[in-house]
Amino acid sequence: MSGTRMAALLLAFTCVIPGPRGTDRAWAQTAPAATEPTAAPQQVHIGYLAHRKPAPPIYDYEAEPADSGIAGARIAMKDNATTGRLTNQLFDLQETILEKGQSPVDAAKALVDQGVGLIVADLPADDLLAVSDALKGRDATIFNIGAEDDRLRNADCRANIDHFAPSRQMLTDALAQFLAAQRWRNVFLIVGTDPEDQLYAEAVRRSVKKFGLKLTGDKPWTFGPMARQRADGPIRADAFVFTRGVDADMIVIADEAGNFGDYVEYHTAEPKLTGGTQGLVPATWSRVLDAWGSAQLQSRFVRVNKRPMRSLDYQAWTAIRAIGEAATRTQSGSAKIIGDYMLRADFDIAAFKGVPVSLRNWDHQLRQPVLLIQPRMLVSLSPQPGFLHPVTALDSLGTDEPESTCKFRSGDKQ
Amino acid sequence: MKSLSFHYALLAGLLTGLGCAAPASAYTAFVTNEKDNTVSVIDTVTQKVVKTVAVGRRPRGIVMSKDGKEVYVCTSDDDRIEVLDAKTLQSLRTLPSGPDPETFTLGPDGKLLFVSNEDDNMVTVIDIAKNEAITEIPVGVEPEGMGVSPDGKVLVNTSETTNMATFIDTSTWKVTANVLVESRPRIAVFSPDGKYLWVSSEVGGKVNVIDVATHKIIKKIGFAIPAVTTDAIQPVGIRLTEDGKYAFVALGPANRVAVIDAKTYEIEKYLLVGQRVWQMAFTPDQKQLYTTNGVSNDVSVIDVETLKVTKSISVGAYPWGVAIAPQ
Repeated sequence: MSGTRMAALLLAFTCVIPGPRGTDRAWAQTAPAATEPTAAPQQVHIGYLAHRKPAPPIYDYEAEPADSGIAGARIAMKDNATTGRLTNQLFDLQETILEKGQSPVDAAKALVDQGVGLIVADLPADDLLAVSDALKGRDATIFNIGAEDDRLRNADCRANIDHFAPSRQMLTDALAQFLAAQRWRNVFLIVGTDPEDQLYAEAVRRSVKKFGLKLTGDKPWTFGPMARQRADGPIRADAFVFTRGVDADMIVIADEAGNFGDYVEYHTAEPKLTGGTQGLVPATWSRVLDAWGSAQLQSRFVRVNKRPMRSLDYQAWTAIRAIGEAATRTQSGSAKIIGDYMLRADFDIAAFKGVPVSLRNWDHQLRQPVLLIQPRMLVSLSPQPGFLHPVTALDSLGTDEPESTCKFRSGDKQ
Repeated sequence: MKSLSFHYALLAGLLTGLGCAAPASAYTAFVTNEKDNTVSVIDTVTQKVVKTVAVGRRPRGIVMSKDGKEVYVCTSDDDRIEVLDAKTLQSLRTLPSGPDPETFTLGPDGKLLFVSNEDDNMVTVIDIAKNEAITEIPVGVEPEGMGVSPDGKVLVNTSETTNMATFIDTSTWKVTANVLVESRPRIAVFSPDGKYLWVSSEVGGKVNVIDVATHKIIKKIGFAIPAVTTDAIQPVGIRLTEDGKYAFVALGPANRVAVIDAKTYEIEKYLLVGQRVWQMAFTPDQKQLYTTNGVSNDVSVIDVETLKVTKSISVGAYPWGVAIAPQ
């Protein structure tokens, strides 16, 4: 047992939190509650930083809602408030939604200047890095809930960023593990034209290699983002020819914006399964999840927001729930103390996935099971049984420690 | 293996019947089936399902009235508690429970029912005779386990997302302490002498024993089973024998019940039962322990004296809770 683990254990052994207003001996007192000495509640300030969601690139009847992410953050704040009532802590969320042209760096600095150092960020990778660099040395920790870029967990990792969004590699590894477990080894990859699609495709290619699958085809989609409107339109014959002669158990699609991916299934030369960004999708959350107590969170969310909880909502919920848990256990509102505590080996939270989820201290990525979903059913959950790992099977998803190129620089925390 | 020990149990039962001791008493076990909205009724002598009763939506927590005449069933998605006649199985009345009641416990005098409302972070106290809620106590997020001390003075609620055991004084309904435990605390059970509280943490994989007078954790019990991953060990149900000898802890997807020496806290044995073992109940003579196994849709019967699993009985979909009537 390491020194920190022992210390943590000792701490946990003696951790009794008095009720609000110091009512831990209330049964011996006859005085009414109002006359008891009242300690001022501890304040825990959290900021939420995101760009206003752009209009979807193509009409989608299920487009990303404008409040995606922040809706999950608000549910977590309610949970924290309930807990805070028992621990005499007050949590507040400062929501900063940036209009076009506003600088995330300026907004983040302004938050920290007001003492809001716990910043939950739904920002693209370059913005995150700029914010991270601007907040270096401040009492601030950034919680990345949106950017899935693998470089943020590798060469571009930062000591003051924790990742509650999954990396693309975690998602594609989850799918590849499932294919390996099913012995569906042959993969035909179709790649969209957006830069994000290239990143997703690179992750798929690495996953194929990692889990002993075979890439039998790898083609760019060249027919444009038109499929959803013209399901039976002029490109049908092209798509048919496009998939002809490729032997595959599953066609894996890399189309993060949803430009064409839903079109592929049923328009192929041979009857094929589809997966990836469409078809069988790896995701952190979906309405189809009902197990491990998740029914409670799902119904809490739907009651308030009148829509199902999405992955981004869940990632925001997890980040703020982890902040709340660390604040409870440290009895602190400091961004640095809370951020450091969350990286301890004995820190984990229950996140409705059946196993505790925790942060990898070597790249600050939240390790968690990944769902494999289709619209009405949870198909599977990765890691798949049998994929073993010396530390935790959860680390079989995403870049693992020996391969990671993340090196936190000296002077940074950790 | 299983059938061998079952035969042995039959043989033992036969010998017992032949006059070595009093014959086994006949009881009735009631099992809530969360996903098909029924209660399975089991005869503990024949160990067969004798009847299946349709109830409201998502039945989970279940307890017997102290006189054994009534069965209380939380129907979570109907936001109420159904009261069944233990003999006729007719629905007698419903009790107001607050929204989404998950589970509950009866006070020692059988007059008050303490309900955890999972969706609105409250504990509701119901006066059974008056058929009304007399108070609501705000607690942590997703309140779950409810335990009441043998003298009725202390009520404890565990909250799954807040990760605390909240102690409540039943004379003032005020919170007196919150004890932090590992992730997702599920069940709180007092020792028969009322001095200790046992709390299971499902995701944290531990059972904490808390000194009731000081609110200090005096023991953390961990579990290790060969060939079962740590993540699959998820303690939920706890039952303590009245003689203070054993604690039984249901370990969820580890598909086992741990038998713990209640004095030394050493684990004596792991008993293999059905899949995702959840809640448990003793027969009133404490000779048998029934476990609900959610994923395998069955109930396992443990012989308390020999510490052996003697039978598995198929019930409805996703059995959740079990209560046993003294007749």
